[in-house]
Amino acid sequence: MTPAKINSGNSRKIISLHLAVIVILFLLQFVLPEYHHLTMTRIMILAIFAMGYNVLFGYTGLLSLGHAMFFGAGLYGAGLTAYHLGWSVPLAFASGIIAGALLSLLVGCIALRTTGVAFMIVTMMLAQVAYLATLYFTRYTRGDEGLVLSQASRSFEFFGATVDLTNPSTRYNLSLALLGITMSIIYRLVRGKTGRALVAIRENEPRAQMLGYNTFAIKLKALLVSGTLSATAGATFALLFAYIGSSFTTIQYSIDALLFTLLGGPGTVLGPALGTFLMFYLVDIASQYTTAYLLVTGLALIFLVLYFPKGILGTIKHRWLPWLP
Amino acid sequence: MDFGPFLFLASLEGLVQAAVLCLTALGLCLVFGVMRVVNVAHGEFFMLGAVLAWWITNLISTHPALGFVAALIIAPVMVGLIAFCADRLILKRLSYNPEATIVATIGLLYVIQQTVLITFGADARAVNAPFYFRVQFPWFGYSGYKLLVIVAAALILLGAWFVITRTRVGLMMRATQYDREMAQSFGIPVERVYTVVFAVGAMFAAVGAILVVPIRQAHYLMGLDPLLLSFIVVIIGGLGSIRGTVAAAILIGMSDGIISVFFSPTLAKMVSTTLVAFILVFKPEGLFGPSVVNFRIYPNHKGHKGYKRHLRLNKK
Amino acid sequence: MKLLRAHNLSKSFGGVQAVQDVDFDLEQGEIRAIIGANGAGKTTFVSLLSGRITATAGTIEFRGQDITDLPIHKRVRKGIAYTFQITSIFPNLTVLENAAIAAQNRFHASPATIPTDGHPDIYRNANAALQQVGITALQDEPAGAIAYGHQRLLEVAMGLALNPLLLIFDEPTQGLSDAEIQDFCKLVKQINQSTTVLLIEHNMSVVMSLAHRITVFDRGQVLAQGSPDQIRNNANVQAAYLG
Repeated sequence: MTPAKINSGNSRKIISLHLAVIVILFLLQFVLPEYHHLTMTRIMILAIFAMGYNVLFGYTGLLSLGHAMFFGAGLYGAGLTAYHLGWSVPLAFASGIIAGALLSLLVGCIALRTTGVAFMIVTMMLAQVAYLATLYFTRYTRGDEGLVLSQASRSFEFFGATVDLTNPSTRYNLSLALLGITMSIIYRLVRGKTGRALVAIRENEPRAQMLGYNTFAIKLKALLVSGTLSATAGATFALLFAYIGSSFTTIQYSIDALLFTLLGGPGTVLGPALGTFLMFYLVDIASQYTTAYLLVTGLALIFLVLYFPKGILGTIKHRWLPWLP
Repeated sequence: MDFGPFLFLASLEGLVQAAVLCLTALGLCLVFGVMRVVNVAHGEFFMLGAVLAWWITNLISTHPALGFVAALIIAPVMVGLIAFCADRLILKRLSYNPEATIVATIGLLYVIQQTVLITFGADARAVNAPFYFRVQFPWFGYSGYKLLVIVAAALILLGAWFVITRTRVGLMMRATQYDREMAQSFGIPVERVYTVVFAVGAMFAAVGAILVVPIRQAHYLMGLDPLLLSFIVVIIGGLGSIRGTVAAAILIGMSDGIISVFFSPTLAKMVSTTLVAFILVFKPEGLFGPSVVNFRIYPNHKGHKGYKRHLRLNKK
Repeated sequence: MKLLRAHNLSKSFGGVQAVQDVDFDLEQGEIRAIIGANGAGKTTFVSLLSGRITATAGTIEFRGQDITDLPIHKRVRKGIAYTFQITSIFPNLTVLENAAIAAQNRFHASPATIPTDGHPDIYRNANAALQQVGITALQDEPAGAIAYGHQRLLEVAMGLALNPLLLIFDEPTQGLSDAEIQDFCKLVKQINQSTTVLLIEHNMSVVMSLAHRITVFDRGQVLAQGSPDQIRNNANVQAAYLG
């Protein structure tokens, strides 16, 4: 869990590792069959969601049970403006991200007055309110049934080139680019002074305060980054897959973010992405055999919390590779 | 119908709901009060109670009353056993760490819910009431069974109150919640108390569900609403205060029906959930309980029998 | 010059007056000891100074500025560091990282000297603090795994890494061996060359050998104040405390 000392050798190793992940993901698209190509696109977007979640849970030690509301803010922030106001893709995308940022600040100012169990329950309840809101304003959202974006609203001009989001390859590479950007944002954040402050709060908040940290402001910043990244994932999902529905804001999605992060390794940059990949395929395979595929989710949660709380990359980092960010 | 009788009918319906909610929330409150952990799987114990009641009444179909009484005895015991195992296999190994326990009980929620989906299927199942009897009021007839639910819940609550305040078992519970280390050093088997409390908490939910299942149907997803409502009740009641929980359950149970008359149910839920979140943030001692730290089943005045017993126990 | 001045400082919990109308000031560069029986209000008093609790009445000035209403972290950044009575470190992080967390918030007399790209500086300052207390060799160990005496030294190093103007110790020698106590006294004298020191201490030989002046607390009030010799010969103190 310790941020290793900064030296050029480690930095080179770390940057090579992350570049290798991106390159492998880039090359995969040329060999993957159609179904898995689409699945990987979804996984990369959900990985952004989980990586955002991890900023708050893994690095700051705040366990939220309501991150679906941030994902939902991005989803509806982008989807509603594109659907009802006819905003272009880049504008709608920006509006989703801004909606997420504003919601993060609002929720932070309320929920960060609590810690521990109370924080978990408060975030869960606020997310439940957000979910109910998507049902209540069914005139605009069409609730569970959801909205489907038209073909026309899914392409846009970008420096003279037409980007068509119905094209699978475009979707794959856009998701990959966003994943790469998220990775570098989080890497920069956790390796710098902010990262040290976050870890200090996670490990011993009263002491951090007594060492001159404004812990409330730092936690608010962590929640802002975390919520905004989750919203980015939501906005991407809405625009790439053209479907905006209430189901994305249920507590199920909040728990998924937690589960992905726990499995891959809380407090590691790549862990949540790995966790998303493994868990998504596990559930995908299970759902071919039974409608009760959520059993896998339940068993995984219990197993991880009992026997494997550091997750995959967390354990690797602890045992073998302390330089892993 | 005139307004007076209508209000009377609405109050009766509200009381039935409040009675069941009281039992369910009391289970959650006991677990939180004594063990300081939040059991997210509590609603699933409720659902298990209902589904097992359906199963048992189907096995014993000679007479509806016979099957129902059997269910009322056997189903809570089975649910208690399951909770007992969950405590031993999961919660105890987590040393009752509050955050880890929440994550683990979320897992447990899915495991129970999905196992029921596999074994019992996704259909809603009806259970017959043990008897059909209508109480004839001047303005309308009313289900005698629903009145029985109210009376039964009240009796069970009284019994629970008696056990907690007047018996040795209750004393051990209070001592454990009051000061865990102290209790341990006076020879109270704290871990066994925890396991028993967790099982009993689940049994309360199961009993509530069995009483209500002839009115509503058993379904594998029926646990979510009681869970959220119990959360709300326990938070408003002051996190672990039994008196506060009962008061809050009656308030919520009675007002739920009335609120939905004026608002859309969704808006009512949004407003109430927001309010409860704010209570937890700004007034964590709840609206009825005076203090989070002070668990209110502890007797107030020093002349009280329970307190004297507590002192005697401490002297050993 | 007065480094710190408390005027009419009071704190009550419920109906209990833990600290009552205390006037207190610290000269720059001195070592001051606060002594008194358990429950005399010593810890409450320094907690008021560090900002862990807020005063019911009275004011606190630091270098001429009113800091009565400042939150903890702002006081730290003005140069007041506090080391906990019960060792409070980051057990899962390495010793060096513990010190780096403190060094990152190092006090700077003027904003112009705050380095913009902090990393090399942070580790240099963290290392210097570890060196000063003599635990450089342990820098890569997890802080939770080192001996208790070393953890106490790490506490001190974290305080030093903040580069404070005033370093407050709350019962620093508790649980240390005689040899460790001797080393600690040497360390405090060395720290005092650049920093004002305020310590709560029960061990009278430590107090007598270190303190330039002593303040005696009794039932939330200042009973006496003076040099070690004056305190030793004070009849009130002898009656209330030393006797």
